[in-house]
Amino acid sequence: MTELLRIDGLTKAYPGVVANDDVSFVIQEGEVHALLGENGAGKSTLVKMIYGLVRPDSGSMTLSGTAYHPTEPKAARASGVAMVFQHFSLFDALTVAENITLGMENAPHRRELSEQIRSVSNAYKLPLDPNRIIGDLSVGERQRVEIIRCLLQHPKLLIMDEPTSVLTPQEVDILFETLHKLSDEGTAILYISHKLEEIRTLCDHATILRHGKVVDNCVPAEKTARKLAEMMVGEALHVPAKKNLHPGEVILEVANLNVKSKNPFGTSLKDINLVVRSGEVVGIGGVAGNGQDELLLALSGETPTRRDMVQVSGVDVGDLNPNERRELGLLTAPEERLGHAAAPDMSLTENAMLTGNVRQKLSNGGFLRWASARGFARAIVQQFDVRTPGIGNSARSLSGGNLQKFVIGREVLQNPRVLVVNQPTWGVDAAAAAAIRQALMNLAEEGAAVVIVSQDLDELLEVSDRLAILNEGHLTHPEETAELSMDDIGLMMGGIESGSEATHVSA
Amino acid sequence: MDFSAINPVTLIASLIVASTPILLAALGELVVEKAGVLNLGVEGMMITGAIFGFAISVTVANPSLAPGLQPWLDPWMSPWMAPWLGMIGAAIGGAFMAFLFGLLTQYFLSNQVATGLALTLFGLGLSALLGQGYVGLKPPSFPKLDIPALTEIPYIGPMLLNHDYMVYVSLLLVLAVWYFLKFTRGGLVLRAVGENHDAAHAIGYNVTRIRLMAILFGGACAGLGGAYLSLVRVPQWTEGMTAGAGWIALALVVFASWKPWRLILGAYLFGGVTILQLNFQAVGVTIPAAYLSMAPYVVTILVLVIMSGDRSSAPASLGRVFHASH
Repeated sequence: MTELLRIDGLTKAYPGVVANDDVSFVIQEGEVHALLGENGAGKSTLVKMIYGLVRPDSGSMTLSGTAYHPTEPKAARASGVAMVFQHFSLFDALTVAENITLGMENAPHRRELSEQIRSVSNAYKLPLDPNRIIGDLSVGERQRVEIIRCLLQHPKLLIMDEPTSVLTPQEVDILFETLHKLSDEGTAILYISHKLEEIRTLCDHATILRHGKVVDNCVPAEKTARKLAEMMVGEALHVPAKKNLHPGEVILEVANLNVKSKNPFGTSLKDINLVVRSGEVVGIGGVAGNGQDELLLALSGETPTRRDMVQVSGVDVGDLNPNERRELGLLTAPEERLGHAAAPDMSLTENAMLTGNVRQKLSNGGFLRWASARGFARAIVQQFDVRTPGIGNSARSLSGGNLQKFVIGREVLQNPRVLVVNQPTWGVDAAAAAAIRQALMNLAEEGAAVVIVSQDLDELLEVSDRLAILNEGHLTHPEETAELSMDDIGLMMGGIESGSEATHVSA
Repeated sequence: MDFSAINPVTLIASLIVASTPILLAALGELVVEKAGVLNLGVEGMMITGAIFGFAISVTVANPSLAPGLQPWLDPWMSPWMAPWLGMIGAAIGGAFMAFLFGLLTQYFLSNQVATGLALTLFGLGLSALLGQGYVGLKPPSFPKLDIPALTEIPYIGPMLLNHDYMVYVSLLLVLAVWYFLKFTRGGLVLRAVGENHDAAHAIGYNVTRIRLMAILFGGACAGLGGAYLSLVRVPQWTEGMTAGAGWIALALVVFASWKPWRLILGAYLFGGVTILQLNFQAVGVTIPAAYLSMAPYVVTILVLVIMSGDRSSAPASLGRVFHASH
């Protein structure tokens, strides 16, 4: 193997923080190289420097033996470096072909480009129609657009930032096949992911970043996922301990829940039945867009339903609003942290007040009780290890993981009887994710009923006592998690291209 | 009442003239909004263009007004150059106002709505100040398309083929903008920036620069629209003479669903009903004048609302502040 990209002493500092400190490593031709690290370890800054979006303060890069210092993404693309973004860099109102043109240098003429898109998408088994509008595509298809855009430029190095966080297990398999094919053809891949099992199966080599420095490197297949996580965090990882629980009385009962989605691209819920008992964690898996958001809205009270469709401890709450439900002990934490779970430009204290008002009695006759609110916000910050300079800071100023801890902590500390959370650890690093899971399990242990909606099957298998799958608005019957295999879950997810076996290795 | 006093040929000819200022201003704003910027200062840019165009045109045509400039102005060239220099000056004046807006919103990240409103007020005040010496003057007349063979075609000739050149320039500009947005890479990039500025930045396009160019183009078009009022349609300078035309242009962009061809329809419809209701008033129709004055707004909004019933195509990043944070 020959050396493709050598990174030598890259340093980039922002006011108050050194994002990358003297980072050096080498990527070989045709190698799948993992970049591991917690949130804020400096992975994004590093790949942005390789892709020319950010200029390093010092240090150098060498690509195929010649000095490489891209000043803008165009220069990087011209040198054979391509990137698939975590939050896709796509334009919803434009067609597939237009989106691909935008990311290419010297894009060929429309008709010729369509031909090229078809031939590349066939060669890599990623079917795609160049004339469709991005807004109508599924998340997996959107990622194909990004990948094909990169492939059309015959990159020497393909950077992928968290590519699988939005895919179904089957789509992950297809993606891995594509990546293997590319690496066989000599394309190097720089792969960023939080999913350690994936990295173990896919990557040849891993470089581990912590606080902006390279702290270690290894061959991932030779390490356990747990060992990799510990290398990232730099300390022994606390894996949530599962206790033997004895579920008590029924707290949350959902009966024949039918909800029409408010979103024209959404999925309506069809005849959902679910019973959750005290002391129990029920996981709801499935690919995003199969009714998760609608289910959460129906449970939280943002979408009112028929009175008897949702019950809390035998009381009909289907037509109650969120605050009335909070009073009865039904709390929820939606998926979107900024803008739904928290108001971005309001302080943590104000955000604590927004959902805590009813149960924590943070207002009196319409007047706010600031002292109590500050006390409540401080309690969340302390007990959930939210890293922030103070509770007067805006929600927007917190990193994703810290804000997620705050949002979950805010609900957990209100002592709910039922807590429903959607994607509690999305985009959160290993240590914070473990803390959040532990908090949810502790809550169940104390007698609450907990419902976790998540796309991360590993997470659901780890935390939940029973598991159901949401698919096109239908919910399967919840099964005991201990008795389920990955194959069973694949079958439950249904509606999937047949013949593709789950190569996922369970943790 | 005598409806026969209304001559359809004059009616159509004058509706085209009445619509051209709005069409020009709306076309500029369409490009700005396609790039994701909402500039509410169209009225201010229009009236600035109106006075710039008027002042330059009048001065070039009568060099005696500005003795200092006399050595520069060739007396033989001046008469036919004056209107065109006025138009160019108006475009520059409008673009100058737009540049202020672009600087504030794109580089100092000020709020687009507030800045646009301020630009309108500033433009009205600035033009009143600049225009003090020009009240009551008459600008040189604007050249007309006058090819005898064409003009003499019955009905069509006087209706469509005997207008000043700016009418045809405005229509060609609509064609050019439509072609640019739909068929060129530059147009695709501009639409992409308006659709999702974060993604455009990530791929490597300079969002701020592209938006500034669009804003300048929008200002130049608004300036042309304003100068068309003061040089062709009215033609003289009066304080506040745009009288809300800029706001109509803004509304047209939305109701035309950001489609250049629909702008022509909307502008001509608006101009048409305006002219028609004036004729009705002149003929003495028994409907109260207030209702007739209302008609152009009501009819234009109704028609365009019905037409924009299809999938709304507002640029997704419209009015959102872009800040490149790494």
